[in-house]
Amino acid sequence: MKTILITAAAILCAAPAFAEGELKIYHWFEYIPQELVDKFTAETGITVTIDTYDSNESMLASLKAGKLGEYDVAVPADFMVGIMKADGMLDTFTQDEMPNFANIAPQWRDVPFDPGRTSSIPYQWGTTSFSVNRDVYQGDISSLATIFNPPPELQGKINVLDSQNEVLILGSLYLGIPQCTSDREQLKALNDMLLNAKQYWASFGSDTAKDVLVSGDAAAGMIYNGFSAKARAEGANVEYVYPTEGHVVWMDNMVLLADAPNRENALLFMNFLLDPENAAAVTNYAAYTSGVTGVEPFLDEAIRTSPENNPPADATPGVFAQACDQETQQLYDAIWTNLKK
Amino acid sequence: MADRSGYRGLTAPLLLPTWVVIGLFMLVPVAVMAIYSVLTKEFRGGVIWDFSLAAYDQFFVTRGLFGDEAPQIEWTYISIFWRSIWQAALATLLCLIVGFPTAWFIATRPAQSRGVWLFLITIPYWVNLLIRTVSLKFLIRDTGPLNEALMGIGLTSGPLPLVNTNLAVQLGLFYSYLPFMVLPIYAAVERYNFAYSEAAADLYAGRWTILREIVLPIVRPGIIAGCLLVFVPSLGAFLAPDLLGGAKTFMIGSLIEEQFKGAQGNWPFGAAVAMILMSLVLIVLIAYARAATKAEAR
Amino acid sequence: MKGLRHYPGFLPMTIGCLVLLYAPLIVVMVYSFNGSNSITTWGGFSLHWYVDVFTGLEAARFGAAARNSLSIAFLAASGATLIAVAAAVAMVRGGQFRGKQATFALINLPLMVPEIVIAVSTLIFFSAIGLSTGYLTILLAHLTFCIPFAYLPIAARLQGIEDTYEQAARDLYATRWQAFRLILLPLMMPGIMSGYLLAFIISLDDFIITNFVKGAGMETLPTAIFGSVKQGIKPNIMAISTLMLLTSVLFVTLAYLINRKGQKTP
Repeated sequence: MKTILITAAAILCAAPAFAEGELKIYHWFEYIPQELVDKFTAETGITVTIDTYDSNESMLASLKAGKLGEYDVAVPADFMVGIMKADGMLDTFTQDEMPNFANIAPQWRDVPFDPGRTSSIPYQWGTTSFSVNRDVYQGDISSLATIFNPPPELQGKINVLDSQNEVLILGSLYLGIPQCTSDREQLKALNDMLLNAKQYWASFGSDTAKDVLVSGDAAAGMIYNGFSAKARAEGANVEYVYPTEGHVVWMDNMVLLADAPNRENALLFMNFLLDPENAAAVTNYAAYTSGVTGVEPFLDEAIRTSPENNPPADATPGVFAQACDQETQQLYDAIWTNLKK
Repeated sequence: MADRSGYRGLTAPLLLPTWVVIGLFMLVPVAVMAIYSVLTKEFRGGVIWDFSLAAYDQFFVTRGLFGDEAPQIEWTYISIFWRSIWQAALATLLCLIVGFPTAWFIATRPAQSRGVWLFLITIPYWVNLLIRTVSLKFLIRDTGPLNEALMGIGLTSGPLPLVNTNLAVQLGLFYSYLPFMVLPIYAAVERYNFAYSEAAADLYAGRWTILREIVLPIVRPGIIAGCLLVFVPSLGAFLAPDLLGGAKTFMIGSLIEEQFKGAQGNWPFGAAVAMILMSLVLIVLIAYARAATKAEAR
Repeated sequence: MKGLRHYPGFLPMTIGCLVLLYAPLIVVMVYSFNGSNSITTWGGFSLHWYVDVFTGLEAARFGAAARNSLSIAFLAASGATLIAVAAAVAMVRGGQFRGKQATFALINLPLMVPEIVIAVSTLIFFSAIGLSTGYLTILLAHLTFCIPFAYLPIAARLQGIEDTYEQAARDLYATRWQAFRLILLPLMMPGIMSGYLLAFIISLDDFIITNFVKGAGMETLPTAIFGSVKQGIKPNIMAISTLMLLTSVLFVTLAYLINRKGQKTP
C-alpha cells in the first residue's frame, strides 16, 4: 500500500507543471454535494467532471451504445452492478489499492451482486415500501395489503412507482412468493393479484411519488424512504411503513468502470468517499444511509434520527432485487406489460 | 407550371444541405435501427448479430403468458397503437379548432404587431415542457385553483376529477403542441388576399361559406403542415400521458422508451415498434405528398 | 368590406388560447417565490430560490446549462432555417424532379422517428464514426431534428405565393438572386419567422435526444431539470424558468424596438 502512496506522491512531485489529472464521473443528478467534489480537488489537484443520467437503465443503454471508456466511475444500483459485472463492464481492484476499504460496514463488505467487493464500494442505501397519509386513513397499515388490497378510504387514491422491479417485488412479497420464480401457479397468482389491484390505483409515477403525496393527489403510495422523509418535511402527514411481509432494500454503489481512462484517480476518489466524514457529507445531502462505519458523529441530527432511515428493531428484514435469468425475466416482463397494456 | 422564376436547374444544390445533414445524421441511424429490429436481442439491452424476426413476432403474435399456447393475434400492442393514434388525432383536432381562429386573428392584426403576437404564442415554450406540464397539473388537480373556483362560484359541488383522466391527457397534449398548429397556419393565412372574400361577398356568399369554400382551400398547406407538426409528435409524447394521465397504460412513446431505457431492455423490439410506427406515418405522408402533387398538377 | 376579416368568436378563442397558455406560467412564477422546499404547498414569500440560482451549489451547473441551451437553440434553429429555406424553394419552385417524394419523406424523417429511437441510434452512429460526445454532437443532432419544424411552415407559406411577382421582376432584368432577395424572401418572411421560432423552441425543449448525445460535463437546461426531478422538483427550477421567461421577454422587446426603429428610418 505504502508503495502506491509513495508512487503517487512521486508522480505528483515529479510533474508539478501538469494538471494533476482528471476524473470523469458518470453520476445521478444532484446526488453528490459540490463542496465535496471541491474538497477532493483541493486535496489532490485532480479536476473532476461529472456527467449525469436519469435512470440505471439509461446509463446502461448509453454505456452500451458506445460511452464505455469515457468515464472512470459510475453509480449503479445493486442489481445493475451485477448486470454490469456479468457483462464485463467493470474493472476490479484489490483491497490493497484502497486503504479505507476497512471502513465499509461489515454487512456490506460481501454482497451478492459483487462478492468480496472487487469492483464497487457502497455509496448510499435505502429502502422502498410505501407511505400513507395519516390524515386520510388512521387504520392499520402494517401490511402491504394497504397498497394491493386497500381499505375503502384509500381506494382510487394510490400512486405506485412506475418501475417494473419495485412493483413486482413488492407484489411478490405480499403474496409470499420468491423472486425470479418460474413456478406457473405463483406467477399466475402474481399476475391476477396485480390486475385486480390496479383498479384501486390512481397513477403510476416514480419521480412524482413525493409530490403526489404532498399535494394530496394520492393518499398513499409506494415510495423510497428518503423521498418519504422529504414529503414529511414538506408538511404532509405521511407515515413510512416497514411492512410485515418485508420491503425492498437497494444500494447505490460507486463502481470502477472497465477501460477507465484515469483508473488511479478513480481509486483515489473511491477511497476518499469511504472516509467517514466524506461519506457523511453525501448522506447529509442525499438523506439516505451510507454503508460506512463511523459516520454518526458527522451526521445531521434530523437524518440520524429520522424514522424513515431507522426501521423499528422488530421490522421484517428487507430483500435486494435479484437479477433473474433471461427466460424467467421474460415472464416478469410479460406480467408488467400485461399490467400496463 | 413553367419555370419562369428560374429555380428548376438549382434544385440539386438547394437540396444538397438537406440531403447531407438528414441523410447522414438521420437516415443512417434509422437504417441502423431497421437492422437492429431484425437482430437477436441481447439480454438487458444491446443486440446480438444474428438475424431474427422475433421482435415482429412478439408484436403481432401471442402464445400466452408462458409461450406454450396456440399462436393467436396479439392485441396488446395493436391496442396501444390504436389508443395513441386516437389520442393524437383528438389532440390535433383540438389544436386545429383553437389554433385556426388564433392564427387568423394574428394574421389580421396590423403588420407591425403580428411579430409580437407570434412571440406571445411562443414565449411560454421557453419554460421546459416538464415544468409546464407539472404546473398545468397543479391548476387542474382536485384541490387546485380551477376546481376551487368552480366550487366557489357554485358550478360544481365537489371537485371535478380531471387529473389522471384522458381529458387531462388531451389538455396536456393540446398545451404541449399548440404553437405547432398556430404558426404554420398563420404563415399561410397571412398571405391570404381578402379581395377573394370581397368578390365572394359581392356574389352574396355568407362569411362562413366564404371561410369554408374560399379561405380553407387556399390556406390548406398551412393547415396540413400544422396537423403534421402536432399529430406526429403527439404520437410519441410521454410527458402528458405520464404526468396528467397517471401512466396507467402504455402509449407508443412509453412502450418504445421502456424497451431501451426500462428494465426490459429489448432493443430489437423497441426498434421494431419504431419501424412499425414509422411505416404508418410514412404511408400518411406519402398519401399527402401524392395528393399535393395532384393538386399542383390541376 | 373590412368586416370580412373578422369572424365572431375568433377573438374570444384567441383570448382563451392565451389564457390557457399563460395560466400555468403564473403557477411557475408564483412558486418561484415560495419560502418552502415544495412546489405544491405555499410556505410564504421568499427570494431564497433566486439567491440559490445565482449562488447555490448548483448555480454554476445551471448557469452553464442555460447558456448551452440558448446557444445550441440559436445555432441549430438558424442552421435548420437556412437549410429549410433552400429546401422549400427547391421543393415548391423546382417543378417536378426525380426523387421529389423521397426528398419530401427525407425532410420529414426526423419528425417521424420516435425521439428515443433517434437518441439511441444517433449515439450508436456517433460512437461508430468515432465522434466523441459533447457540444458538437448535441448541435448536430438538434440541427437535424429541427429541419422539418422549420421546413413545414416555410413551405406552407411558399405554396401560397404565386410566382408572378418574381416573373415580373425577372422580366425587368433582375438577376435570379435579386429576384429572390428583393421579392421572394420578403414574401416568405412570415413563414421563415414561424419556422425559426418553432425550431428554436423545439431545440430549447429537447430532453431525450440530448440526454443521450451529451458528453461528460455537458448539460443543457432540460437535462439538468429532468435530472434534478429525481430528487423532487424544487422551487429553484421555478425560479430558473421564470428567469428564462424574463430573458425571452427581453429578447422580444429588443427585437420589437429594433424593428420599429428600422421602420421609422427607411
